[in-house]
Amino acid sequence: MKILFSWLKDYVDIDVKAQELEDKLFGAGFEVEETIYLGRDIEKVVVGEVTSIEKYEGTHLYVCHVNCGEFGADNVILTGADNVFKGAKVPAAVVGAELPGGIKIAPRKMADMMSYGMLCSGEELGVDENWIKGADVHGILILPEDAKVGEDIKTTLELDDYVFDISITANRPDCQSVLGIAREVAAFLGKPLKEPDYGYDCTDKTAPETTITVEAPDVCPRYLGHYVYDVKHFESPQWMKRRLSVCGFSAIDAIVDVTNYVLLEIGQPMHAFDMDTLEGRSIIVRRAKDGEKLTTLDEKERTLTPDNLLICDKAKAVGLAGVMGGLNSEIKPTTSEVLFECAKFRRDSVRKTARALGMHTDAAARYEKGVDEYGVERGMARALNLVQTLGIATVGATHIDVNAGEDANRTVFDVTVSKINSVLGIEVPQADIVRILKSLQFGVAENGKIITVTVPRWRTDVEHYQDIAEEVIREYGYSHVVPTFLDSAKVTNGGLSFLQSKELAAKKFLCTEGYYEVQTLAMYSRRELDMIMLPENDKRRAVIELLNPITDNLSIMRTVMAPCMINVIADNVKTDHAAGRFFELANVYIPKSLPLTEQPEEQKTLCMGAYGADENFFTVKETIENFAAVNGLKFRYERGECSFMHPGICADILCGGVKIGQLGKLRYEIVEGLNVAEGKKNDLNIILAELNYSAIEDLYKREIRFVPDNGKAAVKRDLSLVCDKKTLCVEIEDEIAAASALAREVRLFDHFESEKLGFGKKSLTFAITFAGSGDVTDEIADKEMENIVSALRDKLGAVRRV
Amino acid sequence: MKDFSEIKEQVKARIGEVKDGAQLSEFWQSYLGKTGVISGLMKEMKSVPPEEKPLFGKAVNDVRVWAQELYQTKQAEIKQRELERRYERETVDVTMPAMKRAPGNLHPITLIKQEMIEVFAGMGFDIYEGPEIEDDDHNFTRLNVAKDHPSRDMQDTFWLTEDLLLRTHTSPGQIRTMDAKKPPIKVLVPGKVFRSDSDATHSPMFSQMEGLVVDKGITLCDLQGMLDRFVRQIFGGDTKTRLRPSYFPFTEPSVEVDVSCFECGGKGCPLCKGTGWIEVLGGGVVNKKVLENCGIDPEEYSGLAFGIGIERITMLKYGIPNMGLFFENNLDLLQQFKG
Repeated sequence: MKILFSWLKDYVDIDVKAQELEDKLFGAGFEVEETIYLGRDIEKVVVGEVTSIEKYEGTHLYVCHVNCGEFGADNVILTGADNVFKGAKVPAAVVGAELPGGIKIAPRKMADMMSYGMLCSGEELGVDENWIKGADVHGILILPEDAKVGEDIKTTLELDDYVFDISITANRPDCQSVLGIAREVAAFLGKPLKEPDYGYDCTDKTAPETTITVEAPDVCPRYLGHYVYDVKHFESPQWMKRRLSVCGFSAIDAIVDVTNYVLLEIGQPMHAFDMDTLEGRSIIVRRAKDGEKLTTLDEKERTLTPDNLLICDKAKAVGLAGVMGGLNSEIKPTTSEVLFECAKFRRDSVRKTARALGMHTDAAARYEKGVDEYGVERGMARALNLVQTLGIATVGATHIDVNAGEDANRTVFDVTVSKINSVLGIEVPQADIVRILKSLQFGVAENGKIITVTVPRWRTDVEHYQDIAEEVIREYGYSHVVPTFLDSAKVTNGGLSFLQSKELAAKKFLCTEGYYEVQTLAMYSRRELDMIMLPENDKRRAVIELLNPITDNLSIMRTVMAPCMINVIADNVKTDHAAGRFFELANVYIPKSLPLTEQPEEQKTLCMGAYGADENFFTVKETIENFAAVNGLKFRYERGECSFMHPGICADILCGGVKIGQLGKLRYEIVEGLNVAEGKKNDLNIILAELNYSAIEDLYKREIRFVPDNGKAAVKRDLSLVCDKKTLCVEIEDEIAAASALAREVRLFDHFESEKLGFGKKSLTFAITFAGSGDVTDEIADKEMENIVSALRDKLGAVRRV
Repeated sequence: MKDFSEIKEQVKARIGEVKDGAQLSEFWQSYLGKTGVISGLMKEMKSVPPEEKPLFGKAVNDVRVWAQELYQTKQAEIKQRELERRYERETVDVTMPAMKRAPGNLHPITLIKQEMIEVFAGMGFDIYEGPEIEDDDHNFTRLNVAKDHPSRDMQDTFWLTEDLLLRTHTSPGQIRTMDAKKPPIKVLVPGKVFRSDSDATHSPMFSQMEGLVVDKGITLCDLQGMLDRFVRQIFGGDTKTRLRPSYFPFTEPSVEVDVSCFECGGKGCPLCKGTGWIEVLGGGVVNKKVLENCGIDPEEYSGLAFGIGIERITMLKYGIPNMGLFFENNLDLLQQFKG
């Protein structure tokens, strides 16, 4: 919010410089995002009086002799402008002067004659018609006759001033105005606040037929209307135009300008309706009908819903409450009677309307944060005062106040000094607390250590002792806070839980295996599901949708992480990384039902991706096997199926009889579709794994017990087999386990394919360790081997190779 | 008396010629073996007169011992030489890389998150990770953000239903912790949060870390004292904090916490935009309404809470200029975080 330094001085005697004020505002919780010096870049430009002027024959120039007081009584300055005349007061940039845009003035030759300076236009000084009359005239800015010769133009034009752009926190809607900030400034400077003049007199004239009906009191708790007549149409005084213009408003017509001025000064949005355009000369406040239309002042037709609150007359809508007036009731040069509106609309109602229609007006900005009852009353009074004192209109007698019974009582409660200090942790003396509260216009009554505070009506944010503590420390100064370290708190243990430690260890383990951790967004779109060719009936297509995505690309919550990993790999391929290993451990979101009725399951998922010439199914499998091994888990691999994996290179991973994930090579069709240069796709070899980490968490061993060697003899045997190429290693392992209870460990250690073995055959060699509760002798081992060999032959057609 | 000098000369000459183990064995065979020259000398004993026998025997034995010593010395010599050759043969280029594959590392956000967790774990904080999909009640209402409250605007929310949403901050973790546990509470809630914002300084998903302490007699001074320790451990021992007023619905008083610029030490530089201070987190004294909403008596207990943007700290610590880089996951960036 923009605040003009000199405007603040209307209400407080500010005796500090702009920089110091900025620091103090910051300390009080009002961050100045930017301070703009209005006279920036203007140096040595002074008021000059043209003592003589003559045409420089043969050119378009005039030779002026300009009296600039102490900057030279007779400066010869040439100008091309033809609005200069003898005796005119003009801005003269003398030699050595600087102007906005980096212009530096030096003596210079113009058509063989030396000019010692430059006469300036309004534009050259960065001012416009709103700032000073005549600024937009083509030619030199002609100053008022009473301008003082030799005076710095920044003084003459009141450019020696600052605009503070202040950010206001959401709890301080009362500070969305010059007066609101002035209150704070008065408090921290310890100066009295000079309120604006709210006084006005009414004539007897009424608008008898005028009524105000609020049909939606829930969103319009207060609506004031006041009748003024005999409206004169003229331009607002220059001081008002300047203030409006600095704050981003164009001056329009005095009566309209007053409403904008009150918005800036008091923080209360207002509206002026031309009574001639109001059917029945009355106001009705109601919700819009679905599809109802209104053309607003910006000449745009708006289509509305019942979420939008309307100001209507007896026949039609005339304004969008709290946002913008209607074009049909706009003030025109012929308007003679006006109904002023000063109302309180609910902040969420205005917010919804402003957002839905994209109308972020100054009025809406204030309503969205909230206006208070006090401001409603003060705003109207101030507007009427200005109308009267500036002679814009005559204030009539009709004053209608529709109050839905908002509690106008001021909040009163008791606090103790010790309670306030118990929040802060320091001892602020009672006298300081009382002084601070009074400076912020709180009512204060002391009864020993108990302070009864009466909260100012505009401070709707103050409700209890903690709020008071904040007011106190804000003014007393945060530098008084003395750091302590939880002196009164109990000692607690803290630290990572078992599963949190395991998770960190898992991530670190993957790093040692060459994997880089990545973080991808938890949202994507259905296109990602299409990319991985998920069938229509796959349950991972049951996704949670965002009601208000910022882009269609991020419109659903992910149910599978592979697409994110594929994109990470594609992006790295694009940037010429020939190989890479990545993992992400994050959530997928599995709805329990759709549409969503409760929080979904957030399933922690470990996704791994590796690509490059050295990668294959087994390089990634090795990491997964190692991961299982370091955690004392046993994973089982079976041939699996997955829409995005190579049909022959895809495994289901099981643990404890439960499927916990899949591992495989990305399908070539998907590689083909990646947004990667064709040349880089050829040998792109992508291995992916996706594991349900939440399920693994349930399987982690919580304790380890040492098992002593039972001292019984064990026997190791090798078994070479010739079997069908399609027979899986795991099938043989299962058969061995089924055939021999003593086969404690079965490990494949050699395999090959050869024509010598026969067509479609392969050879596998296993090392089997037989062990049991008793000694295993060679005879026992032989017997077990026999059982195994016959079982493999009968069930799998696998023949022992000798 | 025979002095065997001839034999000795011969032995000396032969052992001098021995170059390897095989020749050494031959030498043994020739002189010290059962059929060797020295063993052969004993056979001459028969022809030695009896009174000379002891002397003769000793002389032969002396030759044997002398030859055996020569043999052993040579043996040691050869073994040493063979070892040296083996070492020579087995010598490798130790500067060649050991592995084909270098290790990876954690994501920078995780690294800083863990660093922060360690600091607070040392102060006795538990770590709690709440759900990312929250309801209105936990994300707003019980944190004292009413339905029509303008601060809901401060947090542009992704909604899933009228009630369910992607949490906009880790603060719901405060509510969930206080629901589950009574004071004393010291809990840290790290996690992902979501806001409908996306530009150079905003990502629709980012990470926060909430902290909550509830116990008897907790004050604003404790907040500063605790955060002082935190920032010194993260940014270095000279770092100072500055509190300034701010607003969060769930704390009162609310503060922004700035740290003295660790780049310039507070003199003013581009990092701190010339102010000497860098904004790093927000916090305050827990609003009594929030305690009441969780069934904790504010007359007995008070609390402090703070929220830290993990990306922001990570960017500051590592000098990463753009939030978007975190989610690009390019190896150019990823592989830099070792150490």
